[in-house]
Amino acid sequence: MTIARVEFSPEQLTEVRRLQGLYPDKRGALLPVLQMAQDTFGYISLEAEAYVAGLFGLSPAHVHEVVTFYTLYFREPKGRHVVAVCHNLSCHLAGAQEILRYLEARLGVRRGETTEDGRITLQAVECLCACEAAPMAQVDDRYELNLTPRKVDRILEGLR
Amino acid sequence: MAETVLMRNFSRTDSHSLAAYRGAGGYAAWEKAKAMEPASITDEVKKSNLRGLGGAGFPTGMKWSFIPKAHTGPVYLVVNADEGEPGTFKDRYLLERDPHALVEGMLITARAIRSALGFVYIRGEYVEPWRRFSAAVKEAYDAGLLGNGFDVVVHRGAGAYICGEETGLLSSLEGKKGWPKIKPPFPAIKGAFGQPTIVNNVETLCCVPPIIARGAAWFAGLGTKTQGGTRMYSVSGRVRKPGVYETSVSITLRQLIELAGGVGGTGRLKAVVPGGGSAAILTADEIDVVMDVDGCKNAGTMIGSAGVIVMDESVSIPEALLVLARFYAHESCGQCTPCRESTGWIEKMVHRIVEGHGRKDDLDTILDVAKRGGGTTICAFYDGAIGPYISYIEKFRPEFEALCPP
Repeated sequence: MTIARVEFSPEQLTEVRRLQGLYPDKRGALLPVLQMAQDTFGYISLEAEAYVAGLFGLSPAHVHEVVTFYTLYFREPKGRHVVAVCHNLSCHLAGAQEILRYLEARLGVRRGETTEDGRITLQAVECLCACEAAPMAQVDDRYELNLTPRKVDRILEGLR
Repeated sequence: MAETVLMRNFSRTDSHSLAAYRGAGGYAAWEKAKAMEPASITDEVKKSNLRGLGGAGFPTGMKWSFIPKAHTGPVYLVVNADEGEPGTFKDRYLLERDPHALVEGMLITARAIRSALGFVYIRGEYVEPWRRFSAAVKEAYDAGLLGNGFDVVVHRGAGAYICGEETGLLSSLEGKKGWPKIKPPFPAIKGAFGQPTIVNNVETLCCVPPIIARGAAWFAGLGTKTQGGTRMYSVSGRVRKPGVYETSVSITLRQLIELAGGVGGTGRLKAVVPGGGSAAILTADEIDVVMDVDGCKNAGTMIGSAGVIVMDESVSIPEALLVLARFYAHESCGQCTPCRESTGWIEKMVHRIVEGHGRKDDLDTILDVAKRGGGTTICAFYDGAIGPYISYIEKFRPEFEALCPP
């Protein structure tokens, strides 16, 4: 995904100021604004980091150390959908590795990679705290529970 | 099952809505608390023997009383909804199914600690819980429950286990990477944005309205001598009916496994993690432990977040340790040298053992490295990691040795 200009709309800038006003120090709004940047630009490039830094009066380096600290920020283009399979202990006991290997074979990518057509990024992630329904994955905003290869097939069909 | 306190509303239609919550007597405790002096609210919670349910088990009322009496500036209430301890999922249920219980718990707590502003830090992956809770906050504003002396900001995390540690959470709330801070000063003295702050877990705060409504003695009587109430045990792994079970903290681990349908898989128990990934493992003959803070402590483990992970005889303990060792290496925030270096090194050693290339002295090296690092770091993350490193190896050593070439 290529971005013509890294810049928020006037409405988004109003939202940035509203978020900054919620915190005793406006820097508190940095995480939500970075989320907005990712939703808007597809991922957080160095250019986006510098742009957001400007909105907070921070140095780009301070924003960079935040972006690189958290797992939900993408620093390069991601797929249109993200399939994040939990591989922590309870999911491990319920066959998470089999689900991951099945997905790798179906999608032709390894965990951490994006399909060539840009449709899906596959990830193996730590505990998503839905261990009662292991193995499970987060597919974009949704938790998909009690996964089996058949259920994985159904989920993939719904991802365009 | 004992009395249901925290999950009392879960089966109601639209249990997440204000109408359903009010219909079940919700916000009556807040009406009662409004007529109470802040200090008497804190006293009531002290007498209830409520202890923090996020992991540390610290007495909640005592924590509240640490806010300096002479302080005249702002005081913040921060809710730790950054649930992330492996094997734990109870706060997700509360946020989705009874969000108004948390709002009411926050209102009462804010009055006790004289706070006008609260933050709810929800892990970034919890999209549906965030939506549900945000909708409840909006309803509470529209009904005039919020916005009249107490405001709530819902804040989303961005993916980092360490932000469940209370000072790491505060760093993250301030818009920084989630590096824990040296204590003292404790957050009650100098917390979010440099002001006195109380950080409490979701489930802990959900206990507050029932305590105020029905009294400290009732709540204390539900539990053991040193911990009041019920709590929500997350039970997963090899059990027949995994799920969240609310019961008195006086239950034993054996009874809890029965409650969850008994051991699954082969049906023969091998080991149990009693309190989330960071708790020392228990063997099949150690499950008569009482599942409260002190019962688990006396058994050499911890109740932590009450995430119970059951393993039957077919489970490979070295593989289970590798999963956790990888987790700690990935989630170490990198601030303190012993944690940053040891978690990575130990993962490599456990990995080669599981792959069949272990060296004869690897096991002793792991134990030595683990034990040396304990207590040397800013936060409890590494102390949590060494619980599994040491207990898995010491209690199941022959299984590790069998994988190492002679």
